Amino acid sequence: MMFTPDVWEVIWLSLQVTTTSVLIGILIGIPAGAFLGLYSFSGKRLIVILIYTCMGLPPVLVGVVVYLLLSRYGPLGSLDLLFSAEAMIIAQVILVTPIITGLTMAAVQAKENAYWETAKSLGASPFQLMVTIIKEARGGIWSGIAAAYGRAISEVGAVMLVGGNIEHHTRVMTTAIILETRTGNFSGGLQMGFVLLSISFLFNSFMMVGMLNQMKARKR
Amino acid sequence: MKIRFSLIYPFFLALVLMLLSACSPQSSQPGSATPTPESTTPATASKEAKEIVLATTTSTQDSGLLDSLLPVFEQKTGIKVKVVAVGTGQAIKLGEDGNTDVLLVHARKSEDEFMEKGFGINAYDVMYNQFYIVGPSDDPAGLKQAKTAKEAMEKIAANKSSFVSRGDDSGTDKKEKSIWKEAGITPEGSWYLSSGQGMGETLQMADEKKAYTLTDEATFLSRKLGLQIVMQGDKSLLNPYGIIQVKSSSKQEEGMQLIQFFTGEEGQKLIGEFGQATYGKGLFVPDAKKR
Repeated sequence: MMFTPDVWEVIWLSLQVTTTSVLIGILIGIPAGAFLGLYSFSGKRLIVILIYTCMGLPPVLVGVVVYLLLSRYGPLGSLDLLFSAEAMIIAQVILVTPIITGLTMAAVQAKENAYWETAKSLGASPFQLMVTIIKEARGGIWSGIAAAYGRAISEVGAVMLVGGNIEHHTRVMTTAIILETRTGNFSGGLQMGFVLLSISFLFNSFMMVGMLNQMKARKR
Repeated sequence: MKIRFSLIYPFFLALVLMLLSACSPQSSQPGSATPTPESTTPATASKEAKEIVLATTTSTQDSGLLDSLLPVFEQKTGIKVKVVAVGTGQAIKLGEDGNTDVLLVHARKSEDEFMEKGFGINAYDVMYNQFYIVGPSDDPAGLKQAKTAKEAMEKIAANKSSFVSRGDDSGTDKKEKSIWKEAGITPEGSWYLSSGQGMGETLQMADEKKAYTLTDEATFLSRKLGLQIVMQGDKSLLNPYGIIQVKSSSKQEEGMQLIQFFTGEEGQKLIGEFGQATYGKGLFVPDAKKR
């Protein structure tokens, strides 16, 4: 496999889809996680159990459900979204949001008491409280984001089903690997796999550096 | 996942073979694994090696043909057949790498190359079935007026109607590409969608996208969807299947038994009957002969 324009296109689409999904996941997951970590209310335990369950959602299952929803014969068929990048993003948001929510919640809970009391006594509004606690728990939240990114970019079951692996439209790295393998081009598949790993490695390295810097800053 | 399995499999097989040969020194003659072209002389493989691998295209598996044939064979001979159903491209690659004992595929050109390169012995025609060009029921490109498959493809391209291609180097994909080539068209543009998936998924996609596609008869009949046949019967839409023994296989005798079953009287009869109960007509036409 050479780095032909086709290959770059596949890599670029993977990055676009995954990054968009994780960003949407962050927008939903971090506030939701912080809220769950800070406040207690009746039924919270059930919600927490559900979130932890959804952290391990089988991608293929998510794929089938999203497929049926978006199918021409399904309830959202009129949107004409099946076999598009948007459909892949929808599926991945469903996969990564619980991960970000769950890990944010855990990180916030670990920090909660100390900062909660101080901030409250200083007269912080609920919104300020949330922002403060998210800042304080960022180490754990970062790792949640890293986990979500790794899950999204390496996921194949859902994107294959709802994206359809269409060349120049919805072919991403993981589905390209499957195709290479199916056509007998194992080395092409492996090479694409290494690209995938390298991207994961780079991404996690940046995350790690960010986290370490913060920890140092805090110790000072 | 697929990659991991495919790579681990030969290692695992090698490990098992090593253990087997270590356990039964008297039965393991290294020479027994060397190919004996054009012969069916029993290999000196040990008794417990009653299991062979058949690499085949998804169409024979998905249509249910193998499910109706292989149990009969297994009962008759006691040889267990492990089916690896993949695209023809991968099936042939499995043969070249010696990871399968017998091939049942439909891509005559690749099969001939496979034989020429010396990877296979004992190639037979087994049966054929038809390809259809199918599409949405309103037939926007007017394919029903076309006389040949070539003309039909020209109409699709001229009309820029959506067309879903397998794009996976399978036998069906090769057939489709050869018709485009015959028509002198390089299909590209946003109307031409290359799914890189199996026939079932591709049909599903064509149905969703209201697009045309080229499909084998068996898979199409087994999941009708909202598509209908818009072109059939043209000579270039015939789809012959071949069965080939892999030369580097260590199970020559069992492999040959399987081939004899498929090309023999009983197998051919079963092939001809297959599908009649469900679809009112046979899905495959038996026409066994040695090449």
